[in-house]
Amino acid sequence: MTIDQLWAYFAEADNWQGAQGILTYLAQQLLLSLTSIAVAALIGLPIALWLGHLGKGGFLAINISNVGRAVPTYAVLAMLALREGGSEELGPYGRAGLATLIALTLFALPPIITNAYVGMRQVDREVVEAAQGMGMRGSEVFRRVELPLARPLVLTGLRLALVQVWATATIAALVAGPGLGNIITEGFATNDTAQVVAGALLVAVIAVVLEGGFAVAERMADPLRSARRAARQVTVAQQRPSGLAGPIGR
Amino acid sequence: MSALASHAATLAAAPTIDTSRDCYTFPANNWFCPGYLSDYQSEITTALIEHIRLTGLTILIGVAVAIPLAVLARRSSTLESLLLGTSTIIYTVPSLAMFSLLVPFTGLTGTTVVIGLVLYSLTILVRNTLAGLRAVPDDVRESARGLGYGPARLLLRIELPLAIPVIMAGVRVATVSTVALVTIGYIVGFGGLGQLIAVGVDTDFKAQVTVASILCVALAVALDVVLLGTQRALTPWTRARA
Repeated sequence: MTIDQLWAYFAEADNWQGAQGILTYLAQQLLLSLTSIAVAALIGLPIALWLGHLGKGGFLAINISNVGRAVPTYAVLAMLALREGGSEELGPYGRAGLATLIALTLFALPPIITNAYVGMRQVDREVVEAAQGMGMRGSEVFRRVELPLARPLVLTGLRLALVQVWATATIAALVAGPGLGNIITEGFATNDTAQVVAGALLVAVIAVVLEGGFAVAERMADPLRSARRAARQVTVAQQRPSGLAGPIGR
Repeated sequence: MSALASHAATLAAAPTIDTSRDCYTFPANNWFCPGYLSDYQSEITTALIEHIRLTGLTILIGVAVAIPLAVLARRSSTLESLLLGTSTIIYTVPSLAMFSLLVPFTGLTGTTVVIGLVLYSLTILVRNTLAGLRAVPDDVRESARGLGYGPARLLLRIELPLAIPVIMAGVRVATVSTVALVTIGYIVGFGGLGQLIAVGVDTDFKAQVTVASILCVALAVALDVVLLGTQRALTPWTRARA
């Protein structure tokens, strides 16, 4: 394969259009990834945040990630697709859309749950006690103290889940399902390396874009952003004379 | 006609545990069928052994590559960020694409699967080896130097042994992920239990997909337990502290 062949693949209008074009597959995969992340967040976040608030179920919340790693998504997808009606068309999600959605949602749950739980638990106990001492009720402590402080890790979990789900969604093509994986499997089947590289490139580039976009949104949404920046300037200023300026937890 | 006849036989049979082939063949095609296990024993064993072989090779090669890389990366921060950056990018390449892309170089072989999976495992293994080496207290290093340890002996006798718990934690995560990822290797013809799943998907063979999936998870858990035991055996001092 040469760069010219790769370029020719992208330059060919037919490769972009139609039910088996890049644009359709791209839309399917984006829709699948975003929907499964949204569903996983709706299910996982309330449970994880609530457990984190109570300080219970830590073993479960942390080990669910280890269990999740051990279950091959391909196996889950295969079982779901083989069910009665498992490979049926589901609107814009494409063939075997429901099976893919369920498999990806299950795949997204562990990182979301574990990070949200850890985020809640690493909130300084003294801060929580101070809030309680000020007369805040449990729900107020949760909403006004723990949640804002746990936010960075909660968002990290969502970002990890999004990128992993996006990359993993390609294997839906292995059960004749939707998404960009079809470009790779088709290229592989027809011995067209340029097409395989094109598919891989699309998935990898968009993964990086999603990751970057999420990181920017994360920083914009940080309520303590200006406070953090101010604090950093103060710390640096204070540290300079004592000669202790160094990267802390970089 | 024969399918109908066997269907009639299934219906007529008493509802005892079905160990014959009727429960996994059409039209019953059950998810669970003990008859499948006995009839397909040799296929299952072959696939399981291949799965273990591919996983084992991946982890052994991964560790053999990751430790020298981490030791090298420790010497220069440029090299370190280059290495960590590259391995993070590799991680965003879907496994499907990774194996397809390696085929022009290594063909439809087990080597293709192992190389792809080693590349993935390095992300975890290099990171953890670096973290483990970095966690060795400076006092310990100083004392060893004071006792006349040279750089090589310091690394082999002091730093690496002390880094074992963190390195092993990485090995465990990498092993469990590798067991799951081997299944995708079926696209180049070497997927261990993934091969059984793929055939099951293509031929609507439910009992086979169930057994292969359960074995994948069981294998991951079993290897994790073995590695935990190995780690405990290699680092007796961590037990005394706990």
